[in-house]
Amino acid sequence: MSTIAANKRGFGSALWDYITTVDHKKIAILYLVAGGFFFLLGGLEALAIRWQLIQPMNDFVSAGFYNELITMHGTTMIFLAAMPLIFAFMNAVVPLQIGARDVAFPFLNSLGFWLFFFGGIMLNVGWFTGGAADAGWTAYAPLSTTSAGEGVDYYVLGLQISGAGTLIAGINFLVTIVNMRAPGMTYMRMPLFTWTTFVVSALILFAFPALTVGLFLMMFDRLFGAGFFNADMGGNSVIWQHLFWIFGHPEVYILILPAFGIFSEIISTFSKKRLFGYTAMVFATVLIGFLGFMVWAHHMFTVGMGPAANAIFAVATMAIAVPTGIKIFNWLFTLWGGNIKLTTAMLWTLAFIPTFTLGGMTGVMLAAATADYQYHDSYFVVAHFHYVIVGGVVFGLFAGLHYWWPKMFGTMLNEKLGKLTFWLFFIGFHLTFFIQHFLGLMGMPRRYWVYLEDQNLDLGNFISTIGALMMGLGTIVLLYNIVLTCIKGEKVGGDPWDGRTLEWAISSPAPFYNFKQTPLIRGLDALWVEKSEGRKGLTPAEPLGDIHMPNGSILPIIMSFGFFVAGFGFIYQKYDLSWLTLIFIGMGISLATMLIRSVKDDLGFHIHKEDLDKEAGE
Amino acid sequence: MKDWMGKIRTLSLFILMTIVLSACGRENLTALVPKGYGAEESFRIIIISILVMIFVFIVVMAIYVYVLIRYRQKKGQENMIPKQTEGNHTLEVIWTVIPILLLIIIAVPTVATTYDLADESEKEDSINVSVTGMQFWWHFEYEDEGIQTSQDLYIPTGEKVYVNMLSSDVLHSFWVPSLSGKMDVNPENENSMYIEAYEEGVYWGKCAEFCGDSHSLMDFKIVAVSPEEYEEWVSDMQNLDGETTPDTTTAQEGQELFENSCLGCHAVGNTPSVGPNLSNFGDRTMIAGVLEYNKEELVEWILDPASKKPGNGMLGADYLQDDTIGEDEADKIAEYLMQLKPSDITPDSAQ
Repeated sequence: MSTIAANKRGFGSALWDYITTVDHKKIAILYLVAGGFFFLLGGLEALAIRWQLIQPMNDFVSAGFYNELITMHGTTMIFLAAMPLIFAFMNAVVPLQIGARDVAFPFLNSLGFWLFFFGGIMLNVGWFTGGAADAGWTAYAPLSTTSAGEGVDYYVLGLQISGAGTLIAGINFLVTIVNMRAPGMTYMRMPLFTWTTFVVSALILFAFPALTVGLFLMMFDRLFGAGFFNADMGGNSVIWQHLFWIFGHPEVYILILPAFGIFSEIISTFSKKRLFGYTAMVFATVLIGFLGFMVWAHHMFTVGMGPAANAIFAVATMAIAVPTGIKIFNWLFTLWGGNIKLTTAMLWTLAFIPTFTLGGMTGVMLAAATADYQYHDSYFVVAHFHYVIVGGVVFGLFAGLHYWWPKMFGTMLNEKLGKLTFWLFFIGFHLTFFIQHFLGLMGMPRRYWVYLEDQNLDLGNFISTIGALMMGLGTIVLLYNIVLTCIKGEKVGGDPWDGRTLEWAISSPAPFYNFKQTPLIRGLDALWVEKSEGRKGLTPAEPLGDIHMPNGSILPIIMSFGFFVAGFGFIYQKYDLSWLTLIFIGMGISLATMLIRSVKDDLGFHIHKEDLDKEAGE
Repeated sequence: MKDWMGKIRTLSLFILMTIVLSACGRENLTALVPKGYGAEESFRIIIISILVMIFVFIVVMAIYVYVLIRYRQKKGQENMIPKQTEGNHTLEVIWTVIPILLLIIIAVPTVATTYDLADESEKEDSINVSVTGMQFWWHFEYEDEGIQTSQDLYIPTGEKVYVNMLSSDVLHSFWVPSLSGKMDVNPENENSMYIEAYEEGVYWGKCAEFCGDSHSLMDFKIVAVSPEEYEEWVSDMQNLDGETTPDTTTAQEGQELFENSCLGCHAVGNTPSVGPNLSNFGDRTMIAGVLEYNKEELVEWILDPASKKPGNGMLGADYLQDDTIGEDEADKIAEYLMQLKPSDITPDSAQ
């Protein structure tokens, strides 16, 4: 289309382009930028936490502020950093990997992002109005329902809004993967990242409603005087824990499975081998997703559920180790006999294997209920979940960033700086968290603002803080790398890694219509199949024709903004009912945009065959 | 040169010693040196699971290291295309079946201990203590014996003591790592577990469930004494008279001040109270669970409890609002409190 005009436009029109875009590749960049911002924010919170714990009885921050820091660190990292960064890669890659021109519902895709974005802002508004949420990221009642101020209200409303965005995104990817695969792309030919996205989308579909219900109950407890979790009114606080973990445990798999997908792609590419035991990998993914719903109560072994429930959930949890083990061994045997090239992406991936194995080991140890009576809510747990979430998810995101950056931006991140980041972060990570296993067993409970002297906990905490600083340093190098690459990154072609999957068959960054002709898929690792038969590109499945594309729309951001406004009304009406007007204004904005969207036909536009030809000729 | 080497050697030996000594943590706090039945059972499962897991880790790492060394791209191999293996059924069966067997090794004792630690068959014949968790302190009531006490829980060694826990505000969790794993203290359903200390000692207890500002300062102690000493303590506590007049005049003045300003919430004697029971305050191991036991700390605590334990229940006390207690008064109250020693059985007896 208007490529020349696009190069000359100013900042304003670029901004307008991004806030109205429905293109999955641009939405991916939006997710990447927003998620990256929240990742830095959560990281700063983490550094403040570790600085407070560098010595016993430290007074760097106050107790109340510390509780806000730990709450917002957890909430931010899970919901506002890890989730959107995963969505960034799903958006950037999945449509390309299945040979589609976009996701099934481009408008909803944009809406999902903006809901997440405004939800994330809402969560953080508390910092400026007298205190952010301070009841832990798990927000256990009754601490959360009785917490003073509006911090927890922002948590509830913020998560509710961003959760809606996540649910929308999940449904979108489900439909996309079911309906939009190119001819020949059978389920058992889908790249593993697409498979994990598919399974994760199903998990989102079933897990997030539990969170939504829990948040609604909490909202009514806090804002409208209900007593669902209030023992004095006949409620029960344990119900919140069940609802939270029925969502929360699958959430762990929602985060880690896409990372598994990323690692599978990278291992396969950089050892130049097809994935060992592809079928087993797919079934292991599905099985992990399924079992992920059966084990939520292992977060609650000490709640007093009784020995029967504890025993059942213990054994069920251990069972998850089997499919996870299958995956580890399949990765190892993909490497076996390969031609292993140590790029930055591959370094992160290789570091993931031992790190995640350690996290999995402590996972099995935690599953043993009677041992968990000691681990539970201690630093052992803190160490465990950082091993799986940083060692699994964050390593995966960094690996994915280096791997797909060329596809998303057409430039290459500096490999030297990438490796420097890797070593700083990797060593810092193990320094920070390995010792925490022992701190926990030595009697340090988690969420402790200070620890007393004379408990033999000083050295471990000191080492841990030094490690955290190293991770911070690594992140700064990464940022520098990104800035440097944005200013004067070396341009790359469509296939810089000798890739195996479809996304590497088109130019970098991908044209906005993705594939000029929908490709015909002739096997697993579709591009590799073509390459190994000596062809340069893909076999088209259709003659060159007009391409139908959706129009951009400003409606999603306005719709999300409406909910954002209404959120304030819901919160502040607890002080003064005149704030109810804000609910009507906000919901009015949202409903009006929904009405506009419903009644106004938006049929999109066509890119004409001749224009495609012309572009090819340029 | 030699001297220098020697210094290094001494230094490294010293560092190694510190690490080894601190590796297991502080005695009577750490879960790594179990001193009670529950902790020992948990520790057994920890050891079983860690051994199995270390075996798994070694296998994984052996393959990993071999693969990385053997198959890393060498110069001139950039374009080598390896054989595209699809998979191997035998291998896949092996790494499915062996982990299942390994998990069974962990699962069987786990299930057995889960039932064992929840056993309540001896509950009626054992000592029962009602534990109440509150922001940010612990109350213990020996219902059968009619004793009320706070912060320090006295138990006899070698016996199962059932703690029946209920919270009066938010969630807490009762954790004495070297005696037993933890159990949550919920506001709606009473949780029960037993602890059994093998040897005498003062064991560190912690609140392990996030409960607000001073969650990290909600410590308590378990004082395990011999059964005979425990009997003596029980009868001393049962016979205590909260209204005994102290010997010194300062303490007497302190008692008067205490009765006017503090007794609204606190209690001396076996009566229920809103705030901690102070009957045996003179024998406490620590002030407010976390401060060193001495007069200066106590006076500071009375005058400015907010700085020692943010958000605690004493902040709303009248005397802090109307400034009726100054340094002199606090000193007298401290004098009174510190002579409240109804029993000869104290934490010092727990050796």
